[in-house]
Amino acid sequence: MEFILLIKGLIILTIFALSLGIAAYETYFERVIAAYIQDRVGPDRAGPFGILQPLADAGKLFFKEDFIPTLADKGLFIIGPGIAMLTALMSSAVIPFGDTLLIKGQYIPVQGMDVNIGILWVFGIVSLGVYGILIGGWASNNKYSLYGAIRAASQNISYELAMGITLLSVIVVTGSLSIRTIVGLQHGIDWNIFYQPVGFLIFVTCSLAECNRTPFDLPESENELVAGYHTEYGSMKLGLYLFSEYVNMFISSAIIASLFLGAYNYPGMDFVHSFLTGKLGESFGHNLATVLGILVYILKIFFFIFVFMWVRWTLPRFKYDQLMNMAWKWMMPLSIVNLIIVAAAELSPYPLLFNYIGLAIFAFLYFGSRTVYNNKKSKL
Amino acid sequence: MVSQFGFVLLFMIAGIFLVLLVLGIARILRPSRPNPEKNAIYESGEETEGTAHVSFNLRFYIVALIFILFDVELVLLFPWASVFGDKALFDDTKGVWAIYAGIEMFIFVFVLALGLVYAWKKGHLDWIKPSQEETNFKSPVPKELYKDINEKYA
Amino acid sequence: MHFLEIIKNLSLVQWAFYFLSILTLYGALGTILSKNPIHSVIYLVVTFFSISGIYIMLNAQFLAAVNVIVYAGAIMVLFLFVLMFLNLKEESTEMKTSPMLIAAVSTGLLLGLILIATIRKAEITRVNYNDFDPNTGLIETLGMVLYKNYMLPFELVSVLFLVAMSGAILLGKREKGESHF
Repeated sequence: MEFILLIKGLIILTIFALSLGIAAYETYFERVIAAYIQDRVGPDRAGPFGILQPLADAGKLFFKEDFIPTLADKGLFIIGPGIAMLTALMSSAVIPFGDTLLIKGQYIPVQGMDVNIGILWVFGIVSLGVYGILIGGWASNNKYSLYGAIRAASQNISYELAMGITLLSVIVVTGSLSIRTIVGLQHGIDWNIFYQPVGFLIFVTCSLAECNRTPFDLPESENELVAGYHTEYGSMKLGLYLFSEYVNMFISSAIIASLFLGAYNYPGMDFVHSFLTGKLGESFGHNLATVLGILVYILKIFFFIFVFMWVRWTLPRFKYDQLMNMAWKWMMPLSIVNLIIVAAAELSPYPLLFNYIGLAIFAFLYFGSRTVYNNKKSKL
Repeated sequence: MVSQFGFVLLFMIAGIFLVLLVLGIARILRPSRPNPEKNAIYESGEETEGTAHVSFNLRFYIVALIFILFDVELVLLFPWASVFGDKALFDDTKGVWAIYAGIEMFIFVFVLALGLVYAWKKGHLDWIKPSQEETNFKSPVPKELYKDINEKYA
Repeated sequence: MHFLEIIKNLSLVQWAFYFLSILTLYGALGTILSKNPIHSVIYLVVTFFSISGIYIMLNAQFLAAVNVIVYAGAIMVLFLFVLMFLNLKEESTEMKTSPMLIAAVSTGLLLGLILIATIRKAEITRVNYNDFDPNTGLIETLGMVLYKNYMLPFELVSVLFLVAMSGAILLGKREKGESHF
């Protein structure tokens, strides 16, 4: 009994350390990438190449004075960032970091927990993520904060719908809500991105919006709202808000990579596995192959984190009406069309081929009708 | 399977513990010298007028209302999606399942889309734009250029 | 002494159950006792979340997820919006007149009495542990049931949503000359 608890405790600690460690170094990478894109030097003082910068930042946040505004709702003011951090960390429980480890003849999956409703769990936690921002913004009793919080809530719920419909189209293909099963079905290079490229694009866009990353960072747009929902925050409470954003980024990258890019699957993995087990023995070879898979997964995660940052320094911020229009008038209809195409293709004998045929038909109908409409308009 | 969820409970407790730990350490380390100026609400240097807890645009409320309806519909589609592509059923019924499942899906999603179209047509997905007033300022730039740009990025 | 014995002998599942139950009750009491309506909503979220935990202990996973997504994630956000929109003051929730208080208490007591009487009379069907299918609450089972037995109600639900949608849209109709800020 105690042994199991100990193992579980170790797993929890590892997952926390991994998410927090990666999140901490995301802040460093963000600065480095920003510096590279803007053609400047970037952090280079703390340690060689500035790699100790995250530690310096954390230290600074710990030693900063923190004050709670007199008119603020004290309890909620403290709870807000806590909830933001908690919801960010919670969804990391279901991420399948790797295949199984063979220890003493037992296959142990490299995952916090494998539940039947893995995706729904993530979706539920994402829908709870609104509260951290909404509570913090409201409790500050600051007008900027309240506007930021309400914008954030409205934006998150709008993009959640398109995200959910895209999740549905993934489930239609896999027939399971367990993330491990979904990943298992994308063996080798049989990745979902090839079956539903449109769904992939919608999902990436929605994750950008859910993380409040730059083209969608209306809740904290500095030229209108000072700092948005965390205007009144300082010290480690601000740290928790900023950190939760980076943890969210890591987790959404991990979810994208596992839903659409097959997580720890890579082409030729069967060959590598049989080669390693043949050379190094059943147990060690299997474990080494699993570790290779984990590395591949982390590589994919880092690729998406890079894409998030790349987008941040490339695209300007949307206006609020553009943002809402995009959610309701572009993402929603497109995801419904995508769901219908994917479902219809799934019932056909060749899902891959029929999916592209469906997309081609849709594109033809859409652009065709638009050209006809435009021609009529110009004739009038 | 229940033990897997027990893990979630542990995870949650560990998360709460972590947050408390971080806030606690910060509390011990940081200085605390509050004064009325520091504790004032920040409003870009101005004195704050009244409370921030004011009524805001009704539009946000309508968005939340429409969101709930779609969300419930979405959640009802999850069980449907999980049995949709069932290969065993497909083989048992010699392909009749495909037609059956396809039609059921189409009706439900069609009604979902109908709701979206209705809200769209009624103008509830349009965000209010502030009305722009013309000024007396004579600009050397001809107005048509602005008009073209506004139409292009409308 | 007897009490301590019971606590010592609790299994892990019982610990989890009591923890969740206490959390649920705490949230529920907080909802009705807190003066600030925003606090009430947040307590209610805690209640929904812990009720989801209890659903999971019954292996009703889908129900738990739906409870979190729809109730805690969507409806409570709407509640928060409404409360922020209405801008309720703390004083307005205070009960000042004693006739009101007496009426409320007596109505509550009567309702409780009726509930207790009904529950006492009701037949409680006990589940036979031996032939109970533990997969009843799983999403695949639900999907099959929805497909096979409740096909028409399932489709009709979508029409119901359409009606609800038009109702929501009617509610949000903009009056001419109404100003927003």
